[in-house]
Amino acid sequence: MIALVWEGGKTLFSIPSYKLPHLHEVFGDFLRRGAGGESWAWIMAQNAAYTALEGIVGFVVGGIAGLVLAIVFAHSRWLERGLLPYVIASQTVPILAIAPMVVVWLGTSWVSKAVIAAYLTFFPVTINVLRGLRAVDPDALALMRALAATPRQVFLRLRVPTALPYLFTALRVSATISVVGAIVGELPVGSRYGMGVVIINAAQYYNWRPANLWAAILVSALIGIAFYHAVAAVERRIVRWQPLAPAI
Amino acid sequence: MIDIRSVGKTFSSQAGATEALSDVTLSVAAGEFVSIIGPSGCGKSTLLRIIGDLAEPSAGEVSVRGKSPRQARLDREYGIVFQTPVLYDWRTAIENVRLPMELAGRPRAECLSRTATLLRLVGLDGFHAHYSWQLSGGMQQRVAIARALALAPSILLMDEPFGALDEMTRERLNAELLEVRRETAATVLFVTHSIAEAVFLSTRVVVMSPRPGRIARVLDVDLPQPRTEGTRALPRFFELVTAVREALRKSGA
Repeated sequence: MIALVWEGGKTLFSIPSYKLPHLHEVFGDFLRRGAGGESWAWIMAQNAAYTALEGIVGFVVGGIAGLVLAIVFAHSRWLERGLLPYVIASQTVPILAIAPMVVVWLGTSWVSKAVIAAYLTFFPVTINVLRGLRAVDPDALALMRALAATPRQVFLRLRVPTALPYLFTALRVSATISVVGAIVGELPVGSRYGMGVVIINAAQYYNWRPANLWAAILVSALIGIAFYHAVAAVERRIVRWQPLAPAI
Repeated sequence: MIDIRSVGKTFSSQAGATEALSDVTLSVAAGEFVSIIGPSGCGKSTLLRIIGDLAEPSAGEVSVRGKSPRQARLDREYGIVFQTPVLYDWRTAIENVRLPMELAGRPRAECLSRTATLLRLVGLDGFHAHYSWQLSGGMQQRVAIARALALAPSILLMDEPFGALDEMTRERLNAELLEVRRETAATVLFVTHSIAEAVFLSTRVVVMSPRPGRIARVLDVDLPQPRTEGTRALPRFFELVTAVREALRKSGA
């Protein structure tokens, strides 16, 4: 379907290949030999794995940080009022402006990329889980009270399960943007591996070999999609009680 | 058992103070089934919540088995059923029934046998592993009743438990509730909108009037025990229904 629209549009509007290459050119790019003699598919796979690992580390670290912040805020209105504005401000600053600074501070290794991924990841988790922890039905709370439950029991047996679907909604969002974060972290000068580097190089040689950038975009998207589906699969295992859990 | 002495409750908001309850005095003996009936806004649910220590009275005093409602709540004297089942979606039927026992730290073996017994009692033997969305409204409320009985409470507080059900299901659950109750001998306080339900279930009916909520009349229900479907056809049943209706009308409902 996409192939049909792609190639159909290309023919219909006579789009030149430097604007939109043929699909077979994009896929053909993977078979090309690089400067060192390896196939591009292999080079791309190595860089994709590098980016994916940065993304996963960032996702896990950011997810835990987001969870901790949400739990802290849920327990203290005072801390929420004091700190949440800064959390929100942190996300309004363009990541492209922050990424070079993080790389300067932490070096060009994978650590700085994971930190940038975590920086993007934690926010949806904090906001959604905070809402989830507060989305408890008043009668469900009254029931806990009537049963003389301790605050700890109320938290673990009522608030946490209520917040779980909210957590997974956030993690689905975070899964994709953690990949974006890792790639953005690879863009500043000095990085040597990752899809960000591949994209920068491909962009520089775009006029000469446009299919290369398109192939890099395709691979980057596939990493994000794989992350998303991994989270969705975990969700289906854990949030089993939902009658209409989203299919995708 | 339960002593309510000149209880009042005032809610204050920006629009001003609303007197929900005024000078309510009532004494309930152990083993009684007392229905509280009245129009919306007569404070009957508020009264129930005050007894269950889910709300504080603004005036007066409540004592439950010689204790404050708070102490009675902490001693787990109450079983409570709301208008909605309030089942936890992430728990199966049997896990919902088990919740009070978990919270009280009862041993696992006891939980297993007791929850199975309770589900059988409310006629849900084959539905242990069902989540609430897989159960009908009537079945969900049965699970809620089983959960309320889990710790064999001495007092059962029921806040319009069958209000959201259709007439047929409601009548069936009325009969089942009495059967279930025979096994537990709990004292029941039952808030309802339905005159027939109140008369059928109760040993006493408390009629409340609105604005402010106060007790208009208390009627003894002298229908023979045990109540069965035949009870609804007795002339005395109709007399009592009429008497309650009259009392409600006179109270300005």
